[in-house]
Amino acid sequence: MFSSVHNPRFLLLHYRWPNLHCPPKPHLQTTAVKALHISQTLTLSSTPTSSPPSQILTIRESLLSRRTTAVELAADYLNRLRRTEPHLKSFLHVSDTVLKEAEEIDQRIQRNEELGPLAGVLVAVKDNICTADMPSTAGSRILEGYRPPFDATAVRKLKESGAIVVGKTNLDEFGMGSTTEGSAYQVTANPWDLSRVPGGSSGGSAAAVSARQCVVSLGSDTGGSVRQPASFCGVVGLKPTYGRVSRYGLVAYASSLDVIGCVGSSVADTGIILHTISGHDRFDATSSKLHVPDFTSQFISKDLLESKPLKGLRVGVIRETLDDGVDPEVISLVRGAASHLEELGCIVTEVSLPSFSLGLPAYYILASSESSSNLSRYDGVRYGNQVVADEINSLYGDSRAKGFGSEVKMRILMGTYALSAGYYDAYYKRAQQVNVNLAGLPALVLPCGFVEGGSTCLPVGFQMIGAAFDEEKLLKVGHIFEQTLQGCSFVPPLVADDFTC
Amino acid sequence: MALSFFRGIQSRPFLLYPSGFFPRKHALFYCTMKSTQTQIATHEKQEPQLKVSTQSKRLDKISKDFEAVIGIETHVQLSTITKAFCSCAYNYGSQPNTTVCPICMGLPGALPVLNSKVIKFAVKLGLALNCKLSLNSKFDRKQYFYPDLPKGYQISQFDVPIATGGFIDLDLPVEYGGGHRRFGITRVHMEEDAGKLLHTGNGSYSEVDLNRAGVPLLEIVSEPDMRTGIEAAEYAAELQRLVRFLGVSNGNMQEGSLRCDVNVSVRPIGQLEFGTKVEVKNLNSFSAISRAIDFEISRQVLLHNEGESNQIVQETRLWDEGAQKTVTMRKKEGLADYRYFPEPDLPEVILGNEYIDGIRDSLPELPEMKRRRYEQMGLSMQDVIFLANDINVADFFDATIAKGADVKLAANWIMGDIAAYMKNEKLSVNEIKLTPQELAELIASIKGGTISGKIGKEILFELMAKGGTVKGLITEKDLVQIVDPVEIQKMVDKVIAENPKQLEQYRGGKTKLQGYFAGQVMKLSKGKANPGLLNKILLEKLNAKS
Repeated sequence: MFSSVHNPRFLLLHYRWPNLHCPPKPHLQTTAVKALHISQTLTLSSTPTSSPPSQILTIRESLLSRRTTAVELAADYLNRLRRTEPHLKSFLHVSDTVLKEAEEIDQRIQRNEELGPLAGVLVAVKDNICTADMPSTAGSRILEGYRPPFDATAVRKLKESGAIVVGKTNLDEFGMGSTTEGSAYQVTANPWDLSRVPGGSSGGSAAAVSARQCVVSLGSDTGGSVRQPASFCGVVGLKPTYGRVSRYGLVAYASSLDVIGCVGSSVADTGIILHTISGHDRFDATSSKLHVPDFTSQFISKDLLESKPLKGLRVGVIRETLDDGVDPEVISLVRGAASHLEELGCIVTEVSLPSFSLGLPAYYILASSESSSNLSRYDGVRYGNQVVADEINSLYGDSRAKGFGSEVKMRILMGTYALSAGYYDAYYKRAQQVNVNLAGLPALVLPCGFVEGGSTCLPVGFQMIGAAFDEEKLLKVGHIFEQTLQGCSFVPPLVADDFTC
Repeated sequence: MALSFFRGIQSRPFLLYPSGFFPRKHALFYCTMKSTQTQIATHEKQEPQLKVSTQSKRLDKISKDFEAVIGIETHVQLSTITKAFCSCAYNYGSQPNTTVCPICMGLPGALPVLNSKVIKFAVKLGLALNCKLSLNSKFDRKQYFYPDLPKGYQISQFDVPIATGGFIDLDLPVEYGGGHRRFGITRVHMEEDAGKLLHTGNGSYSEVDLNRAGVPLLEIVSEPDMRTGIEAAEYAAELQRLVRFLGVSNGNMQEGSLRCDVNVSVRPIGQLEFGTKVEVKNLNSFSAISRAIDFEISRQVLLHNEGESNQIVQETRLWDEGAQKTVTMRKKEGLADYRYFPEPDLPEVILGNEYIDGIRDSLPELPEMKRRRYEQMGLSMQDVIFLANDINVADFFDATIAKGADVKLAANWIMGDIAAYMKNEKLSVNEIKLTPQELAELIASIKGGTISGKIGKEILFELMAKGGTVKGLITEKDLVQIVDPVEIQKMVDKVIAENPKQLEQYRGGKTKLQGYFAGQVMKLSKGKANPGLLNKILLEKLNAKS
């Protein structure tokens, strides 16, 4: 399955999504492009800033050294959250036990008890990932007020490591969209420009990390839903290999593509989170039994870097991603990132993936087909909003008509059609044979610069795709890139004043 | 908390797996509920009025020119400890919604993980049905909306079932004319059961019980090889034996662990094409299968004979046990589109040859093998069928003869007094206290002359009810047969001396009185005198000149 990515060890993929996550709706298209608008002048690079440190390691160090307390830290994030949330609306639910949980951590510290590696780290969780003590709506009316009786495996692992779940983040309904405007509840703003979208469908998770409302967050990625908003919001987004992280507790959209991913403000933080949530889970038959390496153990500190730390690494730039329709200034930023990699010792070549253009239609067939099946359980009978009716077909029809948004309905209809007798072979079966971009490969999105977008600067990210189950190498390369990227600080002005890290 | 109520289901539109809680009046219900692909017929129209009592005679007459073609779909509920895709137990008759979890309730985010026992049981049954196993099969989703189907799809197998192309051998009961039959098996596939709907008395709402949701099933599809109700019922009975012998299911039809849906069509003899087939459901016993099919055959033949064969339409009919007839449940309008596609939450099912061989080697002796073996032992077909019917009885019989018991005598004891006792006391062969060892001992003691057959019978009941050993009982009750001629002669002399009047009558020609004397001697010996010796000595004495 992974053999389609034949040539390079790495594919350097410029970030500008072929709008993977949304159907061809003109206004979404415009929004996406607007967020990436280019200006000739870059004004942010005057002062060289230090590379983003790991917030997680900083927190751990300051707690263990008792320079600060978990309560102080949590209060700091919560204050910022409260201040920014009216503008951003990245959360659908904010936990009211954050301070209490932080207090417990402080008590453990006082008693010199062992601390989990994520003790005191505030994590936001996309609302299509189940949490036992908070609502989990997947951004849909049909699950309004629904509280699952269990934690998703990824959430359970985070909690076991000491992390504090700060709340549930906004998303396009069931992850179907790429702007977070498809949420049934609210529209989330981009912290860099409140008039713009944060991307999607994990827009809430990306915006929350970007605005430092939390330290890290979980998102989910079916066709770019972690990577694209990470890029829009100037944060690091990591989509692991399919099977690396258990999907148990992730509200299914397209089961064969869905992956839980991580968003952080640094490569190190996303690597630490990935390590925490990875591994085989007996509750997910598609989770891999492969060994999970300590992704951050190979990180080399900037001071110890040789002049060509990535010497010999082959990188391919996919020609098809830099074709017509991509803003020339974005192209130049991505080419700049490629040159940067070259300077670090990589052998960068341009490669062509002729089947690349088939990825999007194949994605649409597979994802909508599976979603039409996965969403059949929302029938109003057992949970979620039920519309009372005199007979069962009206109960089904009315509950689903009221509970689902238009985008979701459209995908259910498309998927139902594609799976219908006589069409299965023509659509679903053919789409299964296209594996470009649907190969479940891991990918890392890193901010690589800014473009001017009207009154403010907007971050631009680029994507690196790695070999299956080799997130380690992606993270290592990303870490070096991030440390050697000069002149960029990806803290949005909205919170730059009160966030010092 | 899991028990949900919703309004509007007056009745179940189609009884996939009918069971006890559906009242007989069900067939008369008016149904407003529609499943996605079916139209519900509400009332019987122009139904040929067949009376069951006269049915069989008419059937003989009218069916001479027609041949019935019958195929059966059987669902077997597997007796795994946990459900197919979660760790919930399943116990028939539990309180509603007490054995459920996020997975079998289809909660958001829950995923199925296959219970490997399901594959093991499927392979066992596939091998036992002489099927070809798919080394590479997979699960698919079968999609339809129904409140007892929590995910909105059933995890099943579609185009690559785990086993295909087998057959089953059976012997028809002697009382139905006997004969050996081989019926083809089209396929065996794995799937999950649905929950149950409980309909309230006033019909304003229904309740969902998901205890059964996710329980593993094997669906066995036969070739259309059966021609009569008896053949179909025996096919089902043989399947029941098979799953019980294999230990993959309790095969209990009343609890719905074994459910048969039959497809029946008729055609003029000599015609190659099949007639229009009708599916019959709600068959809760073998006799219901047999009678429902015979009813259906005569209904269809009658329509043919009356020139109304166009009235035979592709439909699903229900067997009404009370009225002893089939009634229309729903008429099919084209094929249902279940929009099958491969289940993305489960990996493919890959079988290794070693795994299969391991299971093949561990298979028990199956009913057909047992019957052939018993037949070779010289037992009558009636004995053979009886003994091989129940694996526990067969095991008891085998253990008895393994202890050296005479085959025919062991069969007679088991089929006679032991079977009668079990029936009266409603006990299984495993529940009676008699062991095969002691039955063999009993048979040997009679054969060897230690005890008489009459005493043997008495001991048998004691052994079955209370246990103990034959030897122990014989000693304890001093039951050893008296075979010493001198001792018997003494008793004979005593009896003759005490009955001078009868002796005179005897010698006067009333020789029937020999029985009286024998009885008296036997009574005196407390039944222990060897009957042969007793009679020999008695005769000598009676006929001796005084």
